[in-house]
Amino acid sequence: MNLKKDFPIFENQEGLVYLDSSATSQSPKQVIDAMSQFYNEYKSNIHRGVYNISEYATEKYEKSKEKCASLINCSPKEVIYTKNATEALNLVAYSLTQGLSKGDEVLVSELEHHSNFVPWQQLCKLRGLRFLVIKVNEDFTLENIQEKINKNTKIIAISHISNAVGAVNDIREICKLARDNNIITVVDACQSVPHRKIDVKKLNCDFLAFSAHKMLGPMGLGILYGKESLLESLIPFLYGGDMVKDVKISDTKFNDIPWKFEAGTPNVGGAIGLSAAIDYLKKVGLNNIEAHENKLRDHALEKLSTVNGIKIYKAKNQAGIISFNLYNQNDKIIHPHDAASILNEKNIAIRSGHHCAQPLMDKLGVPATNRISFYIYNEKEDTNKLVESLEGVKKIFN
Amino acid sequence: MDHYKEPRNFGKLDEYNVECFDQNPLCGDKVKIYLKVEDGKIKDIKYEAEGCAISISAASMLSEEIKGKTVDNIKSLERDDILDMIGLKLTPMRIKCALLSLVAIKKGLNKNET
Repeated sequence: MNLKKDFPIFENQEGLVYLDSSATSQSPKQVIDAMSQFYNEYKSNIHRGVYNISEYATEKYEKSKEKCASLINCSPKEVIYTKNATEALNLVAYSLTQGLSKGDEVLVSELEHHSNFVPWQQLCKLRGLRFLVIKVNEDFTLENIQEKINKNTKIIAISHISNAVGAVNDIREICKLARDNNIITVVDACQSVPHRKIDVKKLNCDFLAFSAHKMLGPMGLGILYGKESLLESLIPFLYGGDMVKDVKISDTKFNDIPWKFEAGTPNVGGAIGLSAAIDYLKKVGLNNIEAHENKLRDHALEKLSTVNGIKIYKAKNQAGIISFNLYNQNDKIIHPHDAASILNEKNIAIRSGHHCAQPLMDKLGVPATNRISFYIYNEKEDTNKLVESLEGVKKIFN
Repeated sequence: MDHYKEPRNFGKLDEYNVECFDQNPLCGDKVKIYLKVEDGKIKDIKYEAEGCAISISAASMLSEEIKGKTVDNIKSLERDDILDMIGLKLTPMRIKCALLSLVAIKKGLNKNET
């Protein structure tokens, strides 16, 4: 695809091999320019101003919602902006569990990022609900979900694509199963919305969260999709300005959705950056992006498998995220942080750690893994450089 | 690397009166240090550690360094002392790995006094 030229980071960090897009993606010039235009030319607070630049900023902010809605095929009023995907998931967890009763069950999976695990775990504790975890098989497919479901199951919160190992869950199937059993579905789509075409109507999920900074946009902006009827019935998560219609000493009338869930000044510059990011992604084409990453994934799996002493945590259905560990000649694990530090000296950026998925690391019996992840600006050459340098890592530790 | 491959004083003391523990949630490094403190001095030290090369080497070097030293000596040790001891140029994230053992020991000693 050769899009590196659009991304200033690669000009400013010469020779950078960036293989950590599932942590955060880089931003193209178009996104950065759109945001600096807001700050340079019409920065103002939205919704309440009657002067020109505030009207204009409001229009741009709401336009961003429309673009988001069209990206995932929903109505703009079903799009809530939060500070990040974690907050989006906390919002759903808080507001949804409020309506449950003691003994009701919430189901998550062992693959979850902590942000779709800890909120449920803790709110279940707080509200006397049962917190259950679907285990994964060796190929990171989910064990039988049906067996975990009963009449008390009220919510399934699950990731579309695991950030830690890149396993893709069959979300459509899971949502169908949930629907047949009157269970509400919450999908963590942080690793899928940036990389493939997502249609919430086709998935038929109730909630879906993702984050702007993983899709070429800025940090500080998360997106929550929620089905209109459900959003109408939920209590707000945060209270304050802009989420109200009428405030009296005795009580408050809340604003309509989605603003009911957006207390305080939102990240207007971020929303405008996200607009530009969506334009960019649409121009490249999400199907093309998926195909490009699949090619990079296949090439990487093949190249990595030639490295001696490597253990690749292969998923049956794998996205453009690959997790692995290196072992030295005595079969001792080379700690991912050591490997990543040595790669850093070669200007290769990979992630090493538990990827905010400690339950999964426990299952694998390792403290951490090395993880590479691809995006539109990566090329096969990036993987080739990585694999070359992995040999260097092995030399030091053998 | 030498300290990583063959960590000194690795293991658990049969007799100890101070137990120190700390972990680095970012790397998953964990260290448990056993101290035998007598008359304000470190008579013996052993530790169990899992983690990266930096954290294990630092634990190993520190264990050699502080044996026989007074508790006050150890409390006055600072970040730069550890970094000098390791003698590597570390990025801020890796400095946390290097300091893990010292932080654990200081915590353990403080707890012991209260």
